[in-house]
Order: sequence, then structure tokens, then C-alpha cells
Amino acid sequence: MPALLEVERLTRRFGGVVALDDVTLSVEQGETVGLIGPNGAGKTTLFNCVTGVLRPDDGEVRFGRGPMESLTGLAPHDIAQCGITRTFQNVRLFSGMSVLENVLVGTYIRTHAGLISSMLPSAEARREERWAQDRAMGLLELVGLAGRSHEMAGALPFGLQRRLEIARALSSDPALLLLDEPAAGLNAAEKQALLQLIEQLKGQGLTTFLIEHDMRVVMPISDRVVVLDYGKKIAEGPPKLVQENPRVIEAYLGTSTTVNREP
Amino acid sequence: MTPLQLFCQQLANGLTLGAIYALIALGYTMIYGVIQLINFAHGELFMVGAYVALTLVLLSSAGPLPSGIPWWMTLLVCGLGSMAAAGMLGAAIERFAYRPIRHAPRLNALITAIGMSFFLQNALMLLYGATDRHFPNPIPLTRWEVGGVTVTLMQLVVWAASGLLMVGLQLLVMSTKLGMAMRATAQDLKACALLGIPVDRIIATTFVIGSAFAAMGGMLFGLHYGTINFHDGYLMGLKAFTAAVLGGIGNIPGAMVGGLVLGLLEGLGAGYLSSQWKNVFAFLILVVLLLFKPRGLLGERVADRA
Repeated sequence: MPALLEVERLTRRFGGVVALDDVTLSVEQGETVGLIGPNGAGKTTLFNCVTGVLRPDDGEVRFGRGPMESLTGLAPHDIAQCGITRTFQNVRLFSGMSVLENVLVGTYIRTHAGLISSMLPSAEARREERWAQDRAMGLLELVGLAGRSHEMAGALPFGLQRRLEIARALSSDPALLLLDEPAAGLNAAEKQALLQLIEQLKGQGLTTFLIEHDMRVVMPISDRVVVLDYGKKIAEGPPKLVQENPRVIEAYLGTSTTVNREP
Repeated sequence: MTPLQLFCQQLANGLTLGAIYALIALGYTMIYGVIQLINFAHGELFMVGAYVALTLVLLSSAGPLPSGIPWWMTLLVCGLGSMAAAGMLGAAIERFAYRPIRHAPRLNALITAIGMSFFLQNALMLLYGATDRHFPNPIPLTRWEVGGVTVTLMQLVVWAASGLLMVGLQLLVMSTKLGMAMRATAQDLKACALLGIPVDRIIATTFVIGSAFAAMGGMLFGLHYGTINFHDGYLMGLKAFTAAVLGGIGNIPGAMVGGLVLGLLEGLGAGYLSSQWKNVFAFLILVVLLLFKPRGLLGERVADRA
């Protein structure tokens, strides 16, 4: 499979801290890739560099179905236009808007009616509006929120807010979905439902790149796992192999050292 | 005049002033909504609107235009012209003064806004002079007696113009794609950008709309009082800001309600106490209200913004 996302020698520093140190990785079309690593390993920094929230100090991010284009230097909304959307570690919904509106906002970039034409009752604008509504409702059905489309997003239970955020990220029909700790704060049943949802999306051919702490979530759904530690890539491969990799175990559990006791 | 008639008369007067406050307050509240900036230059955009309208009125009455144009046509052209001019100026201010420091600490933007206010005020003084300028009023002096209460055509024009704009804004914000993007940007600018919304354009549009509304307020103010002065924007801006806070800053219906309430309070204060005390009365009510409802009448979800 050809690569969809290529991250090459990416480096990002915060003052004296090297959050990302020469990281190279790629995500292929149709793949589900897990990104793991201890706290502070640079996982979210990597996502922020890919989505344009942060500028890398060095290196390049390329993306594309077919010809690859450099994303370095593009604004976040341009990168979203290219087909990368994401969710956040701490859910960031438009909490004062309805569930349906949250998803509709995401369809904004896939409709063409401008400022003036969206106000005039033209046939084209109405067709687009109907399309956006249908798409939003379809996605709400997919994540199991169709029955609550008119509730305020902020009033939903946390588990459903996470699902709504995924629906919102999907509404612009992205080629690549980035999930930042989608299982954080979910209970066992909600995690199970999330796994099913990600599987389902994979079945539809969506490429997913996810940060996750919970090994019971990341291991069964990932085709490949990338491990970061102190900003460096320390391992990469199928979940099983990565789990047994001594460097990964060391990063998570620390090394065993012998303590010499002086008599 | 019976006490009831007096009351109704003050109500009508207050409503006229309140409608103008509401138009200006909307700009404060919309701009605060999207970038959490109190745009202190907003009162000056109101004055720019007033002066552009004055220029257009003078041109249309003394200029090469054929006479015999109906008064409402003149007003419409002047109103749209001054809204367009102030709208463009507002967008330019955002682009060149506020956007470069959007990610700087909030105090920087606030000080820039104050500086912009001084700059515009002095620019207006240089262009139009420091003395009061007479604002010719093309509206006929028609008046009606409704149950002992006098209502002028001028007042009807103020109510109609501001009412139409406010209804239009409400429709725009609540039921168009642009309005939805504006509401989403107000809630979480960063998340919006990551969904592909061109947030810079949404913010610029907000400045255009807010400034254009202030300009309409400026023209109505000039028509209502008959004279304008370059520093009128200061007190009007402060009052409109008060109205926005009264209604709950960041909340669009709140600015409309806040403006009308403030205008009514002033009208009643002027009628029953003394017109010299109307500002004291209005600000006293604000202080008392904020003691008990710190988020304003239609409180905005401040706590949501983490």
C-alpha cells in the first residue's frame, strides 16, 4: 500500500526540551497505526506538528492520496482541507451548540456556497444544505447519537461526547483521522464500543492514526505500533513484536539495576 | 400630561436611544465573542460611520445629484455607504493592528485597541475639525399623537432600521452556514481551524458586520441629535460597552436587550429625575445588576472557556 502520511526527521524543541527528536514514520493507506509511549514522549506534539498547530523546527510532513504534498508551513485549516482531521485528548466540542450543529460545522469545508449565496434561497445552496444535513445525520447514526441530535453537546455524558467528536472529525470526509487518546476517561463498555467503531471505520477504508495509553485498546486494533520515548522513535512494528521489545518494556517500566551494598 | 402618558413618552424616547446603543453594543459583543477582545476602537468606528453619513448627506443635498430624490432613498444610500466604509475600516484594523498580535498576551491587544481609538479620534478631528458639526436631517418632521404620546417619523426610522438589522443578524447567526461558523469560532477557535474553517476570514467578517452596525448607529445618532462631534464616540462607546456587559458580553441577544434596557433606564431617569443625572442613573443600575448577576442579564457561559 502506498504511504498516505510521511513524517521525515521531524524535530521540535520547547526551549531546552527536545519534544520530538528526528522522528521518521509513515502511515499507509487503509492502515490503523497506534502511537504509544510514556507521558511526555512527544505523541501529542507529533499530532500538533502534523495538523499545523505547531511548526516543526526541522524536518517535513508530507501527505497525499497519490502525489505527496508537503504540509510544512500550512495553516491548520488548510491542512484540514487537505483531508486530515483530529480529535483531542480533552474533548473540545462546541458545547453550547446542538449535537447536530457540531457535526454540521465539520461539513463547512465540503460545501461551496459562500457568504452571500448561503443566504439566498438558491437551488444549489439548498441542495448543499440537504447534503450536509444528510451526511451529519448519517454520521450521528454511525456513532449512535442520531436520537439525541437536538440536545446540547455539552450536556451529553462524557463517553458520548467522545463519540460525537469522532463524528465531527469525520464530517469533512477526511483521508486520515487522528485520534488523540480516544479511550481516555471511558469505562469498559464504552471502550468496547469505541473499538467496534474504529473497526467499522477501518472496514470502510479509513486510515487512522491514534495515540492511546490503554494497551487493551491499541493492541487489538492497530496494524502497526510506533513507540516514542523522550521524543525519539524507539520501536516500530506489529503490536505483538513491539510488546515484547525490551527497549519498549524498559521505557515503560524502567531498567533493573543492581545495587551494590557496601559492607 | 397624565402620569401614564409621561411614562409612555419617556419609554418611546428611551427606546430610540436604546436601539442605537444596541446597534453599537452588538459589535462589542460579537468581537468579544470570537477573539475575547474589548475593541476600544469600536466607539470611533461609530463616529466614522456618523461622519461618513454626514459627508454623504451633504453631498446629496448640495452636490451634483438631481434634487427630488425621496428622503428615504437618500437615507438608504447614506446608511449603506457609511456601513460599507466603516465595515472596510473595521476589517482593515483587524487585519493590520489586531491579527499580528492575536497570539500575544491579551493585554497587548487591549492596549492596541486603546491606541487605535486615540488614533481614529484624532484622525476624525483633523479631517472634520474639533467643533460640533450640524447634521442635516432629510427626514420630514412628521409627528403623530398616539394617546397623548408623541411619536416622530425620526423615531420610527430609528426603530425600523435597527429592528431590521437586528432581525437580519439573528437570522444570519442562527440559520446560515456563516453564522454557524461564527458561533463555532466563538466557542473554540482552535478546534474550528482544525476542522478546516477559515477562522481568519470568519473573524474579519465579524469585524465587518460589527463595524457596519456601529456605523448605522452613528448615522442614526447624528440624525437624532442633529450635531456630531469627533469625541462623541467616547461616551457612546462606553455606554454601548456597558449595554453589552449588561446583557452578558459575548451574547448577541444579550447586547440587544442590554442596549434597550440601558436606553429605557436613561429615558426614564431623564424623565423622572433630571436629564443631567441620566448617566449616573444608568451606571448605578449597571453596578447594582452586576453585583447580583455578574454575567449580565442573559449570562454568557464564561466558565466554559477553559
